[in-house]
Amino acid sequence: MSALDTAKVSVSYAECSARERIARLVDAESFHEWLPPAERVTSPHLAQLGVPSAFDDGVAIGRATLAGRPVFIAAQEGEFMGGGVGEVHGAKLVGLLRRALRDRPDAVLLLAESGGVRLHEANAGLIAVSEVMRALLDVRAAGIPVVVLIGGANGCFGGMGIVARCADRVVMSDMGRLAMSGPEVIEASHGVDEFDSRDRALVWRTTGGKHRWLSGDCDVLVEDDVTAFRDAAIAALDASMPVTLARLELEHALLASRLRLLPEHVAGDEAVALWARLGVADASRVAELDVDAVRALRTV
Amino acid sequence: MSDIPAGLEALNYSFAGQRAAGHFAPVLVGVVGSGNLEVLMEPAAGSNCDIHIETSARGFGTIWEAVMRDFHQRHPLAGVRVSINDMGATPAVVSLRLDQAVSELTP
Repeated sequence: MSALDTAKVSVSYAECSARERIARLVDAESFHEWLPPAERVTSPHLAQLGVPSAFDDGVAIGRATLAGRPVFIAAQEGEFMGGGVGEVHGAKLVGLLRRALRDRPDAVLLLAESGGVRLHEANAGLIAVSEVMRALLDVRAAGIPVVVLIGGANGCFGGMGIVARCADRVVMSDMGRLAMSGPEVIEASHGVDEFDSRDRALVWRTTGGKHRWLSGDCDVLVEDDVTAFRDAAIAALDASMPVTLARLELEHALLASRLRLLPEHVAGDEAVALWARLGVADASRVAELDVDAVRALRTV
Repeated sequence: MSDIPAGLEALNYSFAGQRAAGHFAPVLVGVVGSGNLEVLMEPAAGSNCDIHIETSARGFGTIWEAVMRDFHQRHPLAGVRVSINDMGATPAVVSLRLDQAVSELTP
């Protein structure tokens, strides 16, 4: 390791690659990868379409220790096909989760950065994402916490957005984004009047970490800093929340009340109006506040 | 029948190495993204440096050959297999990634 690596400087989580995130998040040198690049378990579909494959199909999986405790970890590489989940990519996630049922690590960490299903692999990708959800819920039901960390530039969208909300805990930075349909998809299907995907402030007001924190869709809001993500992951090690009927009904009640919060037509910005209705002080200033200040504003 | 996948171009180069790389854990640097590439470096039997490239930018074989020749002059490694997945990286980026991979080789 060079002096730069060991110096106590802030390292942006968003700017790290998937592999750099793993290396910096878990205990030093503790990551043991399964199906590493040299095994060349690559996509069976991309070459036929003239698209280069990646040796790890865009996701690294393995075991490691976090604060000395055994964890399983997966990290999606957003720079490769937007983190899209293809057949092999999805199978690696499913394999990791199923192995967690057998080996019972203290937690499974999922460093998500994905636009959802990799469209090149269509049905195979869709099936893969549904298998990931099923496997994740099995792990959660077994009392092993699944922690999703979101802070990459590509956000966490589509099927992976659903996967994230299936987890025990969601950790986000203010740079992170979490939603089902991405901004471009909404604009394409409902028009620019409904959603202007080029309006970055709007995109972050409606999908960004601060909004998810204030509306209760993520459990921890951190700075865009690898150490902050590591600390949040350590804190989540004992945060198992098995799915129960009571918890599900509570979630439904929360969502139903949120749906009723806003009137049909809102004068001005809808996100700001929602925060105000949630009782957030200084709702109009949220965008300019730093993470610490926003953390104190949550009401849900 | 060509073994080049449709749309992709596959290129192979082999150089006689002079400096044995010895045994090392496989190294992966870079990401397959627009204008970027990944380089996987592995130990191999023999004394050659074998390079296999798959790229989405077809028709740049002569430039690849020059860049690989330059690389081998800088690092005349023996017993190494280099595998590259490329998405249109420029020659400078390719050279930097190759040097980065060599710098991460640890016996």
